[in-house]
Amino acid sequence: MKPFAYTRPADAASAVAAVAADPSAAYLAGGTNLVDHLKLGVAEPGTLVDVTGLLSTAITPTDDGGLLIGAGARNTDVAADPRVRSAFPALSAALLAGASGQLRNMATTGGNLLQRTRCSYFADLTAPCTKRDPGQGCSARTGWARHHAILGAGEGECIATHPSDMAVALAAFDARVHVLGPAGERTVAATELHRLPGADPSRDTVLEHGELITAVELPASPVAARSAYRKVRDRASYAFALVSVAAALDVGADGTVRDVRIALGGVAHRPWRATRAEAALRGGPATDEAFRAAAAAETDGARAVDTVAGGNAFKIPLVAGTVTATLRALAAHGTEVA
Amino acid sequence: MDSTISLTVDGRRHELTVDTRTTVLDALRDRLGVTSAKKGCDHGQCGACTVLLRGPGEDPGAPGHGRRVLSCLSLAVAHDGAEVTTADGLGPASGDELHPLAAAFVEYDAYQCGYCTPGQICSAVGMLDEAAAGHPSAVTADLAGDGPAALDRTEIAERLSGNLCRCAAYRGIVDAVDSVAHGAVQGR
Repeated sequence: MKPFAYTRPADAASAVAAVAADPSAAYLAGGTNLVDHLKLGVAEPGTLVDVTGLLSTAITPTDDGGLLIGAGARNTDVAADPRVRSAFPALSAALLAGASGQLRNMATTGGNLLQRTRCSYFADLTAPCTKRDPGQGCSARTGWARHHAILGAGEGECIATHPSDMAVALAAFDARVHVLGPAGERTVAATELHRLPGADPSRDTVLEHGELITAVELPASPVAARSAYRKVRDRASYAFALVSVAAALDVGADGTVRDVRIALGGVAHRPWRATRAEAALRGGPATDEAFRAAAAAETDGARAVDTVAGGNAFKIPLVAGTVTATLRALAAHGTEVA
Repeated sequence: MDSTISLTVDGRRHELTVDTRTTVLDALRDRLGVTSAKKGCDHGQCGACTVLLRGPGEDPGAPGHGRRVLSCLSLAVAHDGAEVTTADGLGPASGDELHPLAAAFVEYDAYQCGYCTPGQICSAVGMLDEAAAGHPSAVTADLAGDGPAALDRTEIAERLSGNLCRCAAYRGIVDAVDSVAHGAVQGR
């Protein structure tokens, strides 16, 4: 591990100033991903700026009936919050589906959003990786690609997936990410925070160096109260998603879809809001056939890789099956949302 | 680069100067001689290093020993002033008495080689506190429910999934935790 300096500024503005002024500086929050990357040599900051003591850990109601979650709030506490559990159950379920009890006790809301891909080649300094070293080429495209992207990556581009479960629920709920930077505050839609790989896969998000996530805002959403998170993985617990679905569904008394939100995890470089599937479902029947057709519309044009070590073409039917199962369960419980 | 910090470990306060790269786990084992927390993977995947941690800003009078965390992914310098409890420091402290969970692990053969055991026990202690506080898990059917979480074997297994056992003593581990969760084994 390379030596680094450690500082603990008194407030968020000082932390932002410290990181913005030092290209080698990085924020430290729960550390669950970053400390591992320090050990692996994937991250080599010259200075760690600890923000754990200065970020809000509160979850507070907003004027419009939503919730504002401080970026320092631990994953455990957000998942256990009664207001999150009743008004945004898919967010609670997504958090609980991620990592382990110990890691959720450490990990913060801001850090969860900024965790990096678990592509094994990204963490392996002996393997070429275009996300770690742009231009090196991608080992996953000819290697172990079981966890990799089927959407949003062009020919030859990075096929790493974003590993967060929480971010998938936030994408479904139109959350807004509050950011403090050297030039002041701004908000970014959760669906726009993470980038597609394009020509610069080294950048996971649209944030500039020095910008600090201070809170996540969940706007009031009646349909969100009837939401669920379904995660398919290689073991029953403590594993990253092959495919996951955060969905909310409101079915009218006549059996038609009044409102629907769908976001997918495990399929792209960012949490994938399934706008095509939503559009296909709105106003139509809430049936398995419609759910399956909507999921197929979303993955139309998906690109799988086929490798000796294990490709990811299985994810295309897996998306259809997982979306259908999630919506079917919501429809079965569904009466109209007030 | 060095930094001087204090850590209270199993009730004993220590001041030490650490390189900023030192994890809580390495500080415990290599600097303070507290070898109860084990180094398994050192990458946050196995849970052998699990300890209970209470930060300096948290109420020292609160029940329990703080949250279960992974000491291998915790930088010591970021936990200046924290209270750390390892399996070794779990009460009751007098004589040869075992903590109820340790006693249950003996009773139910909840280990073979024993390397993961201190982490399993710390994790179980933290997990029981979380359940008592009403925290749901990924297998909790009704997220909207309130009050303490009901712990069946599926819930216990899910809530302890961050602790691996290469000897696969899982059945005994669930038996032991189940017995304590339902009051079958007392400390002795």
